[in-house]
Amino acid sequence: MKFKNTCFILTTLALSLAVCLATGALAVEPIKIGVAGAHSGDLASYGLPTLKAAQLVVKDINEKGGINGAPIELIVGDDACKPEIASNTATKLVSAGVKAVIGHICSGATKAALPIYRDAKVLLISPSATTPSLTQSGEYPNFYRTIAADDAQARTEVDFTINILKVQKIAVIHDKGDYGKGLAEFARTFIEQSGKARVVLFEGVTPGAVDYSAVVQKIKHSGAEAVIFGGYHPEASKIVGQMRQKRMTTLFVSDDGVKDDTFIRVAGKDAEGVYATGPADVSKNPIALEYREKFKKTESADPGAFFDNAVAATLALANALAKAESIDQETMAKVLHNDKVATPFGAIQFDAKGEPIGIEFSIYQVQNGQYVQVR
Amino acid sequence: MDYFFELLFSGLTRGSIYALIALGYTMVYGIIGLINFAHGEIYMIGAFTALVVSSVLSIYGLPLLAILVLTVLAATVWAAAYGFTVERLAYRPLRNAPRLSPLISAIGMSIFLQNFVLLAQTSDFQPFPNLIPQFAFMEPYAAIIGSTDLIILTVAALMMILLTLTIKYTRTGQAMRATAQDQKMALLVGINVDKIISITFIIGSALAAIGGLLIASHIGQINCSIGFIAGIKAFTAAVLGGIGSIPGAVLGSFILGLTEAFATGYVSSDYEDVFAFALLVLILIFRPAGLLGKATIEKV
Amino acid sequence: MIALKDIRNAIGIGLWFMFLTFPLLVIKVNPVEKTVIWRWNNMLLIGAASFVAYLVSHIILRRRDARQKRIRQGSEQITTQSNLLFLKTPKFLLALSCTGLLFALVFPALFSTYQINIMITALMYVVLGLGLNIVVGVAGLLNLGYVAFYAVGAYTYALLHLHFGLGFWAALPIGGLLSALFGILLGFPVLRLRGDYLAIVTLGFGEIIRLILENWNDFSKGPSGISNIPRPGFFGLEMSLETAIIYLYYLMICMVLFTIFVVNRLQNSRIGRAWFALREDEIACQAMGIDKTRTKLTAFALGATWAGMAGVFFAAKTTFINPASFTFLESAIILCIVVLGGMGSIVGVIVGAFVLILVPEYLRVFADYRMLAFGVVLVVMMLLRPQGIVANVRRTYTHKP
Repeated sequence: MKFKNTCFILTTLALSLAVCLATGALAVEPIKIGVAGAHSGDLASYGLPTLKAAQLVVKDINEKGGINGAPIELIVGDDACKPEIASNTATKLVSAGVKAVIGHICSGATKAALPIYRDAKVLLISPSATTPSLTQSGEYPNFYRTIAADDAQARTEVDFTINILKVQKIAVIHDKGDYGKGLAEFARTFIEQSGKARVVLFEGVTPGAVDYSAVVQKIKHSGAEAVIFGGYHPEASKIVGQMRQKRMTTLFVSDDGVKDDTFIRVAGKDAEGVYATGPADVSKNPIALEYREKFKKTESADPGAFFDNAVAATLALANALAKAESIDQETMAKVLHNDKVATPFGAIQFDAKGEPIGIEFSIYQVQNGQYVQVR
Repeated sequence: MDYFFELLFSGLTRGSIYALIALGYTMVYGIIGLINFAHGEIYMIGAFTALVVSSVLSIYGLPLLAILVLTVLAATVWAAAYGFTVERLAYRPLRNAPRLSPLISAIGMSIFLQNFVLLAQTSDFQPFPNLIPQFAFMEPYAAIIGSTDLIILTVAALMMILLTLTIKYTRTGQAMRATAQDQKMALLVGINVDKIISITFIIGSALAAIGGLLIASHIGQINCSIGFIAGIKAFTAAVLGGIGSIPGAVLGSFILGLTEAFATGYVSSDYEDVFAFALLVLILIFRPAGLLGKATIEKV
Repeated sequence: MIALKDIRNAIGIGLWFMFLTFPLLVIKVNPVEKTVIWRWNNMLLIGAASFVAYLVSHIILRRRDARQKRIRQGSEQITTQSNLLFLKTPKFLLALSCTGLLFALVFPALFSTYQINIMITALMYVVLGLGLNIVVGVAGLLNLGYVAFYAVGAYTYALLHLHFGLGFWAALPIGGLLSALFGILLGFPVLRLRGDYLAIVTLGFGEIIRLILENWNDFSKGPSGISNIPRPGFFGLEMSLETAIIYLYYLMICMVLFTIFVVNRLQNSRIGRAWFALREDEIACQAMGIDKTRTKLTAFALGATWAGMAGVFFAAKTTFINPASFTFLESAIILCIVVLGGMGSIVGVIVGAFVLILVPEYLRVFADYRMLAFGVVLVVMMLLRPQGIVANVRRTYTHKP
């Protein structure tokens, strides 16, 4: 046993030596970039595709000779989507000397980590944190994202429900979570502002509760013609399922937490006709196709959520690194604001607050077991 | 008035779901005085086994009735086996340990089982096949009470009656009651206490599995973390009714289910759990041993 | 060494586990595409693993039994006790705590900011564990909603800063006091409850606090939480991130030392004795003329105070809080720290906190198997040492003639 251990240690040493020599041969200090998000835990399915996306893009850049001759080195930080861990992760990345970060994934974790990056003057591009206040509060000049904010999404949902579906009585339901409740509150405000429709019910459901029939009865009792739901797919499929069990035909409009194939898989035939907002369909964009193909080659699976957004974030960051005269937050920010960069979403740049220009939401509907873009 | 009945039936369905899980909790507690935190996971394992078995059988094209019978059988057998094993591994060696040690062991077991299923199967939500047949005669009332609700209510009632009869009239039941009252005394009169405790775990776990199967079929989806909230709620219900008492567990479950349904219906579902727990505190203030629990007078 | 009977038993055990894990570990179905994957090699693996595990544990257990038998017969002295006896001498303990303290003081110089950050978290749990130890370990009142007081502390600081611009040092005592108040508030209705009824009511209390924070947007900003909470200041000095973290680390060390000092003094005080009496026998305790109501309430209030102060530290450390950080699982972890470390023992709780907070952090290597391993660790530790890692030794007073 002891002998084996020694063997193991020796091999490890030899290997690390070899790696050191190999990287040493390049002789240029690599540019360190952090990738932070949920890489373990229940929400790993949101974090891992973004990590993979960053790795694929960086591999391409390094093969083409890196940024002005310097290779990019990725430093990975797992925050499990928990704010208390995210601040640890952020410190870890900052003390490792990263120049910029792709991430974090969840809004709560991002909020906890942002002040640390701001104080260390580290630039952040998130592929998936959608809470509006991250950009709109103006507190974080170092924050950018390659996804549209929740208020934009709520606006799309409400406009569609009122103007296209021509519905007057709407029930707004949420899952009491950061994302779902935030979205639902925006939806309520927009509906009230429009003056064309009424919010007849505003309620939160408890995620994981054994059944939702009481809430469903309440929706029915309220006389709502459509439900706008803010939250994720497990609750959505339960609510839709129970509504159909009670023979209700109320329309169901939801968000990109529901625009997930798992929703269709779980809800089965009850999913038919459900509307959900999601990032515009990019399946014909050459960059998106290229990276999706690469992902399938290495992982033999379809890329998951936020993959395209993470590709876009990494490409935008690489562009900023390449074109900025010096690698610091302010000069890179200038490039991000002024220079269009080709991404899976087309050419994008960022506005003064850090929101992407050129990434918008579309409406999808489940038709014959598939999400089809209807607007 | 329709609305009232709709809520009433929602509450009753929810209550019977809680009851099926709470029965196992209360039985185990009654006999060894342990809050079996892993019970919720047994319920989840029962549901998962049902999912796996019924999917395999339907892929091999068995008739619906055969699938139903075999699935129920497999779910109860395996859940019972898990319950039995958990007791042997994690609780029996701690029977004479300090009071809180088995509780921590149970928390550990619960974390373990949940992650075991996560790794062995998946962390994703899985669609659960609708095993309960839709009755044609229920169709006119579907808006108020569906076939599944009816089945859940009936099964819960049946289980409770069966369990009560078993405990009242069979030899094993008598031995259970004796063990619950005084383990040492039970040993002296020749009862194999270890065996009786094992049987309790087996029955409780089998009940939880039936609950899991019915509920998963009712809401049409499961994943590996459904056991936690259901377990906590069922535990609350069992305490509400007086932990250790079987009719108490059922009564507590119905009160909890109805409170939640009416709180949602007439106030707001934002605070449904607050109402449930506030009711629990209120009831315990006036009846510190639960509704049907016997207040023990300690003699010195 | 291994009899044929053992082999037979081991095979039985192996077969049993193969049967047990069959549906979940062997079969994997895709209910939508109607495909089944049979993973038979998993079954063999489980069978072999449980076979070996049984034999190994059996041998270890038999050796222990044999030794205990010899000890009972007097043919062998109780060696471990005398071997370990020097561990209990005051000289050794003093040396140990000095080394520990020294190590703690130079820690920031030796390790990265990341490690310091994790250490701050661990120290926070030491304080939480010591606080809960008063309620559960010393006074014997099972509290499953301890995290509620932690939340009260954290939100006290966050809200006071948000609305009145109050700083860390002002919020620390207020957070502690407010938590104590909540402790008494919870204490009153549960005075008559015993054992597990108490457990469920405290659990409910914890959930109620979390749900209110989650739903009452105007008060607590709901699930989106409160951000931009400042770190503790030092006479208005500007600090870089790194210094701020090191500073927080030393504050936390002071806090832990203060907690240990107070808890230790409390345990040996009149009220501490009363708590012990309450834990051992409520009726006898009352018969001794101890005011049960007051004793219970002080236990709740004092336990809550530490959680409240730890909460203020938590808010200052993460600079962002939301209700999702205060779930039942958190209460369960703190309870595990107390029980696993050894109920009522201060050293035990400290060891327990380090084990339970640092082990999952370094188990990250196992990635997916991390929580699985954590569950196993909890069960196995309890089986091996049901009384906790460091069993509490009560101070005994001997009469010397």
